[in-house]
Amino acid sequence: MSDPLLVVEGLSVHFPVATGRPWGDKPVVRAVDGVDFTLAAGETLGIVGESGCGKSTTGNAILGLAPVTAGRVLFDGRDVAGLTGRARQALWRDLQVVFQDPVSALDPKRTIGQSIAEPLAIHGVDRTRRRARVDELMELVGLGAAQRDRYPNELSGGQRQRVVIARALALEPRVVICDEAVSALDVSIQSQVLNLLLRLQRELGLSYLFISHDLSVVHHVADRILVMYLGTVAEEAPTAELFARPLHPYTEALLSAVPIPDPVAERAKTSQPLGGDVPNPMDVPRGCPFVTRCPIREAGCETLRPRAVDLAPDHRVACHVREREITGTCALDRDAPEPR
Amino acid sequence: MTDAQTLEIRDLSVGIGPHDVVDGVDLSIGRGEIVALVGESGSGKSLTALALMGLLGGAVRQTGGRATLDGTALDLGDDAAMRRLRGTALAMIFQEPVASLNPLLSVGAQVAESLVVHGRATRREAWDRAVEMLREVGIPAPERRARQLPSELSGGMCQRVMIASALISEPRLLIADEPTTALDVTIQAQILHLMRRLRDETGTSVLIITHDMGVVASVADRVCVMYGGRIVEQAEVHRLFADPRHPYTKLLLATIPRMTGGHKSELFSIEGRVPDLADWPEGCRFRTRCPLADGKCAERPPLAPPGSDPGHLAACWHSDRVEDLT
Repeated sequence: MSDPLLVVEGLSVHFPVATGRPWGDKPVVRAVDGVDFTLAAGETLGIVGESGCGKSTTGNAILGLAPVTAGRVLFDGRDVAGLTGRARQALWRDLQVVFQDPVSALDPKRTIGQSIAEPLAIHGVDRTRRRARVDELMELVGLGAAQRDRYPNELSGGQRQRVVIARALALEPRVVICDEAVSALDVSIQSQVLNLLLRLQRELGLSYLFISHDLSVVHHVADRILVMYLGTVAEEAPTAELFARPLHPYTEALLSAVPIPDPVAERAKTSQPLGGDVPNPMDVPRGCPFVTRCPIREAGCETLRPRAVDLAPDHRVACHVREREITGTCALDRDAPEPR
Repeated sequence: MTDAQTLEIRDLSVGIGPHDVVDGVDLSIGRGEIVALVGESGSGKSLTALALMGLLGGAVRQTGGRATLDGTALDLGDDAAMRRLRGTALAMIFQEPVASLNPLLSVGAQVAESLVVHGRATRREAWDRAVEMLREVGIPAPERRARQLPSELSGGMCQRVMIASALISEPRLLIADEPTTALDVTIQAQILHLMRRLRDETGTSVLIITHDMGVVASVADRVCVMYGGRIVEQAEVHRLFADPRHPYTKLLLATIPRMTGGHKSELFSIEGRVPDLADWPEGCRFRTRCPLADGKCAERPPLAPPGSDPGHLAACWHSDRVEDLT
C-alpha cells in the first residue's frame, strides 16, 4: 500500500468535567484514549462502536473540532495540530466532513446553491467559476442544477444530505469524514445516498473515514473496520475478515446483537445477548475497558490494559485471552503481579 | 393466528386538516401475539398507535373507525374513558425512555404510579410491586435502584423502567413505539429478549412500531407494512419475508444493506421519495414509485389475499408479478 494519507498516532482526547466545586480533583472523561490507525488514498475505513465509544470525538479531533490531549494526527505527512490561519484553511481543502443531521447543517435562509458556493467563495473562487462549479456539483450528486434556487425546507432529508455532500466536495477534498452520514435517513433513501457515496469514491478517488453505529451499513461501504469501545481500539481488520472471524469478545457480541432482517436466521441465533451496560466514561476500568461485561475475562484483565497486537495478517486485537489462545502467551502471563 | 382477538380495529382514519394521514386501517391483534407495524417516516404508523391510545390532539383528529378491546367497544375520542384504560388495560412505551420519565421522581414511584392513580393498591403495596417489577425486567439491585432518579440510570435501564411501569398494571395490550431505536445494539438485543420473555410469561399482546426490519424479524409474530397511511401488506412474519406480495415490501427488503450481502456493490434502491401529504396520488399511493404501476393503479386496490393463505393480505393489483421484481 502507498503511504497513508491520514495517520493517527496515540490520539487521546480527555475532557475535564465541571464539578461545580473549586476544590478537589477534577474528574476527566477519557473520550478517546490512545487510538492509532491509518487511512490510505481511495480507501474507506469504518469506525464502529456504541454511544460513548469515542468514534465521533476521534473524527472531531482530526478536524480540529475537539482538543487533542496527546498523540498526533498527520495529514499527508504534516501534523495538523497547531495549524492556524491559511495553513488550517488549506487543510480544509483536503479534509471535509458530512454529519448526521442535514437539517441543522444547512442555513435555512440560504438557497442550496448559495450553501454549496460558500466554501468556494471563502477560498477565493470568482463568481462565474463558482456558478459553473455549483451546477457541476449538483449534477454530480444527482440533484440537477435546476434546484439551485430552492431552500432547504423545500427538500426531503435525502435531498438535503445530497446538498451537504455537494458542499463537502466543492473544494475537491481527498478525505471526507462521514459521521453517521446516513443514520437519520429512511432505509429507502439511505440506500440511494450510500450508492452516491460509493460512486463518488470510484469517480473521484476519495478516501472515507466512515463513522457509524450501524454495522450493516459499515459492512457495505468499508474496506477495513476499526471497532472502538470506551475510547480505545478493541479490534481492527479488513471488513470480510472481521465479519468472518471476529476475535475480540466485544466484536463478537456486537455482531451477534445486530438483528438480522430474516426471521429464520434471526431466530436460529443461540447466543445470549451481552449483559450489562457500558461503564460510566468517568470511571473506566484501569485494565481492559471491556472487563465488566466480558464473558471470557480472567484474573488480571481488570488491572492490566491489553495492547492491540496483530493476531493475524492485518488483524489487530486488544485482548489478553485471545492473544494467548493464538500466540500461546500474553501480557497476563508475563506482567501479572505475583499471587500473594 | 390466535382466534381470541384482544384488539380489533376497523377502518381507522386520522386526519391533519384535509389530509388522511391514516386511511382506513384494519388491524387485529390476538391474545399474546406480537404484531409489528412497520414503515418509513410519514407512513402513519405512530399516528395509528397514538389514535389507539386516545392520544391524538391539536390539529390531528380521528376521522373514522371503531375499535374493540376484548370484545368491548372502545370510544377512542372519549377522553375520560380512555384515561381509565391507559395504565390499566392499555399501556404504551416510547422511543426516548429518558425523556419519557419524570426527572424529579424516583423510578420506583413512577413504576408504582399507575397502580396508585387507578386506586388498585396502596402506596406501600404499589412500591413493593414496583420493586418486584423492576426485578422482573432485569434491573439489578432493584430495592436500591427504585429509589434513584432516571438521571442515575443508563438509557437501557430507563427503557426497562418504562417497560416495568407499563406492565405493572398487567395490561391486555402493550403498544411499543420504536422502543429500541434510541438504544445501542447490544442493549437493543437485551430489550427485545425481555419483550419476548414477558410476552411468553404474561400473555400480554404487543403492538410494536418500528422502521427496522431486523427488529421485526426478531420479535414479531405477524407484520403489517404501512405506506402512505395505509396498510399495504399483512402476513405472518416468516411468510412476509419469504414471499412478499406488495412491491413496496419487496423493494424495502431489497434496499437493506445486510451483513451477509455484497461489499461495495450497488444497493438496490426505491426511486424517488415518499410524496408530501398534499401530493399523495389517487388510487394506490405507492404507484408514483412503483416499477409495476400502470393505468389500473389509479384505482385503489383492496387489501385482499393474493394467494390461498387467508392471513396474507396485499393491496396491489399486480401482486402476482411482485416475485419478478429486483
